[in-house]
Amino acid sequence: MNWIGVAALYKFELARTWRTLFQSIASPVLSTALYFVVFGSAIGSRMPPIDGVPYGAFIVPGLILLAVLTESVSNASFGIYLPRFTGTIYEILSAPVSAIEVLLGYVGAAATKSVLLGLIIFATARIFVSFELVHPWWSLAFLVLISVTFALFGFLLGLWADGFEKLQIVPLMVISPLTFLGGTFYSINMLPTPWRKIALFNPIVYLVDGFRWAFYDIASVGPAISLSLTLAMLLICVGLVIYVFKTGYRLRT
Amino acid sequence: MEAVSNHEGGPRILNSLSSRRLPEENPSLDKVLSISNLTKTYDNGYRALKGVDLAIERGEIFALLGPNGAGKTTLIGIVCGLVRPSGGEVLVDGCDIATDYRAARKKIGLVPQELSANMFESVWGTVTFSRGLFGKRADPAFVERILRDLSLWDKKESNIRQLSGGMKRRVLIAKALAHEPEILFLDEPTAGVDVELRREMWEMVRRLRDKGVTIILTTHYIEEAEDMADRIGVIDKGEIILVEEKHALMRRLGKTRVTVGLSRKLDAIPPGLFARPLDLAEDGLSLAFTQKGEDDSGAGAEPGLADLLKQLAARGIDFRSVNADRSSLEDIFIDLVGKSR
Repeated sequence: MNWIGVAALYKFELARTWRTLFQSIASPVLSTALYFVVFGSAIGSRMPPIDGVPYGAFIVPGLILLAVLTESVSNASFGIYLPRFTGTIYEILSAPVSAIEVLLGYVGAAATKSVLLGLIIFATARIFVSFELVHPWWSLAFLVLISVTFALFGFLLGLWADGFEKLQIVPLMVISPLTFLGGTFYSINMLPTPWRKIALFNPIVYLVDGFRWAFYDIASVGPAISLSLTLAMLLICVGLVIYVFKTGYRLRT
Repeated sequence: MEAVSNHEGGPRILNSLSSRRLPEENPSLDKVLSISNLTKTYDNGYRALKGVDLAIERGEIFALLGPNGAGKTTLIGIVCGLVRPSGGEVLVDGCDIATDYRAARKKIGLVPQELSANMFESVWGTVTFSRGLFGKRADPAFVERILRDLSLWDKKESNIRQLSGGMKRRVLIAKALAHEPEILFLDEPTAGVDVELRREMWEMVRRLRDKGVTIILTTHYIEEAEDMADRIGVIDKGEIILVEEKHALMRRLGKTRVTVGLSRKLDAIPPGLFARPLDLAEDGLSLAFTQKGEDDSGAGAEPGLADLLKQLAARGIDFRSVNADRSSLEDIFIDLVGKSR
């Protein structure tokens, strides 16, 4: 393994975060804070608790995921798309680094950013609402798993995309709506029967449900199912990335 | 491109080519790069390389010439890992680029044709990154030396996007040298670079060669290859049509047009003056002939300039100037590529 190479890629990608600090950390934190003000404090104070959890606290895990999912996808996809777009990818292709090492560098950096972002939003949430963490280690495990999975997904997106438009469309038009509909602001148990069934096809439901279970020990589908499906998504992304590298897709002609 | 129809002896060039297509295999020479039967067919069916054999000697400057679309960039791309070969073998200092790609790539530095660099990074940052990417431990003293050598030291904190085109090109060279490669590929290094910088760059290339780095370059500026290269390879339509030591090539395929200016008008060439075709200018004030290479009279078979001058003196024809116009590598190149079409 060329660990020095992995470290160089990882550091380079993290440095990009500091250069774009506002875009990658400050802006999601700000928008999440707005959600807390509007839904958590203003509207939430007039809402009854859900499964015994005050509404303001109920939405915290979902809001953290909303930011983490979109940022994981955007960061990882931009990370690999940018060198493809500017042509600097030549250097990575000509370097003595294997596909796995490139992946560790890019996805590792994107996932690190997302975990940090999740922790920052968590801390921000504490300012607005008070809540307890029932399973702190499980919540961290879910956060890391989800960050890595969606960073992998973003990496694939960055390889597939042939324009900036596609990079933005997926987080905005796919990830965000699915997260909104995935039980961020409500429990899917509150949905009428046909919609509840339909909601179960939304993979993000399981992520939010599992993450919320780790916070408050309440769940609609159960932590075991959530964890299994999160791992399944991770494996699917890993499988796709391996396939992509084997075929040299979009990187080597 | 200008057609070179006025040159005689074209078919002879082709004949001699077919018998000397490949570099002479000499096991005593140290090959730093060996390419054998390399082929590349792109997905759209385009055959960019049709069985290329090439051996590069350690420490030489090798110029790869060829018209656009000849396969130069594909060839470099395969050796450097940007393009997957369809067949054949490439050994970099004995390491196979497919099975031992880590060792092979560590030995190679690539300066690409396009000015692509991480625009928002500092010069120091990007060069340090390149060294790390190639698995070399950080060595600030070494990076400093490279930047000083390339006159980039004052710019080390500058953002790359603030640099001029020439400076950016140097940054790319610095990046390519950051991991101390043994072979440096320069793909069209002076495209769009002003004359002064071009000269500086060649100065730098010579210094690198003096340090033992093997340099392989592609260029459109044939006079550059003529100035710089030890050996020349010509690639056309995916095939190497010639590899030869530069001076030998110029001697073998070059021509010299010798013109003797006369003091007084001559109406006709005196019979028996010179034993090869001689042209009298329309104004009758100059005589000219073409010889192969720089001077082909040494072997004694053909009379040369000295014979002509003696004859003129013997016949009392005064002359006031002698001019020898050597054909350039460009003429040879156009000849070769034109003939192979």
